[in-house]
Amino acid sequence: MTSSSTRREVQSVAGAGSSLPYAEAPAKGGAVVSHASTGLARQRHLLDIDSLSPEEITSLLDSAEGMLEVLGRDVKKTPALRGKTIVTVFYENSTRTRISFEEAGKILGADVINVSVSSSSVSKGESLYNTALTLQAMHVDALIIRHPHAGAPHFVARHVKAPVVNAGDGMHAHPTQALLDLFTLRQRLGGIAGKRVAIVGDVLYSRVARSGIIGLLRMGAQVVVCGPPTLMPYGWLPGSAPAGSWYEGLEIAESVEQALDGADAVMALRIQQERQDAGHLPDLREYSNRYGINRKRLSLAKEGALLMHPGPMNEGVEISSEVAHGAQSVIEEQVRNGVALRMAVLYALCSRGRDQAAAQERP
Amino acid sequence: MTELTANPDGRVVLDADDIRRALARISHEILERNGGDRGLVLVGIETRGVFIARRLAANIGQFEGFTPPVGALDPRLYRDDPDQASGQPVRPTSIPVSLEGRPVVLVDDVLYTGRTVRAALNALSDFGRASRIQLAALVDRGHRELPIRPDYIGKNIPTGQDERVHVKLAEVDDIDEVDLVRMSPVGTNPAVGAEA
Repeated sequence: MTSSSTRREVQSVAGAGSSLPYAEAPAKGGAVVSHASTGLARQRHLLDIDSLSPEEITSLLDSAEGMLEVLGRDVKKTPALRGKTIVTVFYENSTRTRISFEEAGKILGADVINVSVSSSSVSKGESLYNTALTLQAMHVDALIIRHPHAGAPHFVARHVKAPVVNAGDGMHAHPTQALLDLFTLRQRLGGIAGKRVAIVGDVLYSRVARSGIIGLLRMGAQVVVCGPPTLMPYGWLPGSAPAGSWYEGLEIAESVEQALDGADAVMALRIQQERQDAGHLPDLREYSNRYGINRKRLSLAKEGALLMHPGPMNEGVEISSEVAHGAQSVIEEQVRNGVALRMAVLYALCSRGRDQAAAQERP
Repeated sequence: MTELTANPDGRVVLDADDIRRALARISHEILERNGGDRGLVLVGIETRGVFIARRLAANIGQFEGFTPPVGALDPRLYRDDPDQASGQPVRPTSIPVSLEGRPVVLVDDVLYTGRTVRAALNALSDFGRASRIQLAALVDRGHRELPIRPDYIGKNIPTGQDERVHVKLAEVDDIDEVDLVRMSPVGTNPAVGAEA
């Protein structure tokens, strides 16, 4: 009773916020409502950060505080999701995200099964659709999917009853990474609104950057991005983002020095070797010289500014070893917070009982 | 389940003085039952149980000259009906000392079905094996669904299933008061929003 009324409030608050900078231009008013109605509270999936209202994000971050405490206990095991089965299906390599979801599920008492794509029927050519239906037939309670193609988790979500969590899809979204970054910022800076966050690197291909930008703007942060022109999305020129675009409010810096100036936090993005091979970068060494975060550049940011990286790092390319392991680095905290945040997500999605599931079926 | 909404004609069953006296009596009873054991720990159940536990600890400090440590516990992750409160974020639990070998008094505002207490007992056992665990509640409203009984009670209030007990404490509600509110189906009283 309480939760349903709270949800209605959240919805109306989000619905009223059509003037917020994140309202997508092509939405024509209708999508603002769908922002709220596709959020975690109403929908059963976490597919992207776009569908979460600021209230829903705050609620997840609050919950993650409680989960972080559980993570620090001597006995870190609770029966919250006892009897639930969570399956991770990763069509791309991952260390921290997969293990983080696995640990999160296990601490909450769920059974976690990891499907390794190379040793499953996927390598025999089974389609994503059939793999999803197979897992559904096994009464899986949640599916966590990483896929090289944007939209793959959304496709699966349309065909299965179980909640689907997007653990990264192509260049599109990585919502739990964005949320754990927001959580880390909020914990360390005492808040997100008004803080200046610089994102440096391969913005074009980075789902971390895309979800991060949306999440940060939505929570009221000042976001500035910087990267080689070849690794910036088409049309992103220095200056402010055009009104009505999904990244309205974003600042696009001319130089890394300008981006870092006065930042409360600096996020270095991973540069992949493939980018050089594809001709986006002449040379990783040159990238490091022009855009790498080192001690000198970090000193342009506010004193004690946080240094973040989603991992895995290429030390000496986008980030120098000295700062990566220095006093300002919160990179290991991000990993730890990732477990707590994913606990909050899994708990929100999987702890719902039959009453709510039945209520969901009703129009 | 029919959705219910509060009728405005809530009845005050305990006022500030009643609450103060009840908590003073419980503090004495806790001391009496535990023989002034200095290992005593009070653990409040989030949120209002924590404030009550702090008040009891302050009373004990006044009466006995030692203030027992107070912990805060959110038993949400141990519930068998998690969707009952899934709209609220999980709060961090903080137990300042190991409970190993210590007597613990678990404190809640309202004792009802006993499911919260059951969850809290499971949660507590993850923080060490207490020598004994006792239960204190400001209000016992009956309707137990589990074999759980309180050791210290502020007031027994017979209630119907369609009634709600609202404990208001100055720490969060600006007033010390316990109201008994009758709920009626949604729609019959559009002026007031639903509340647990």
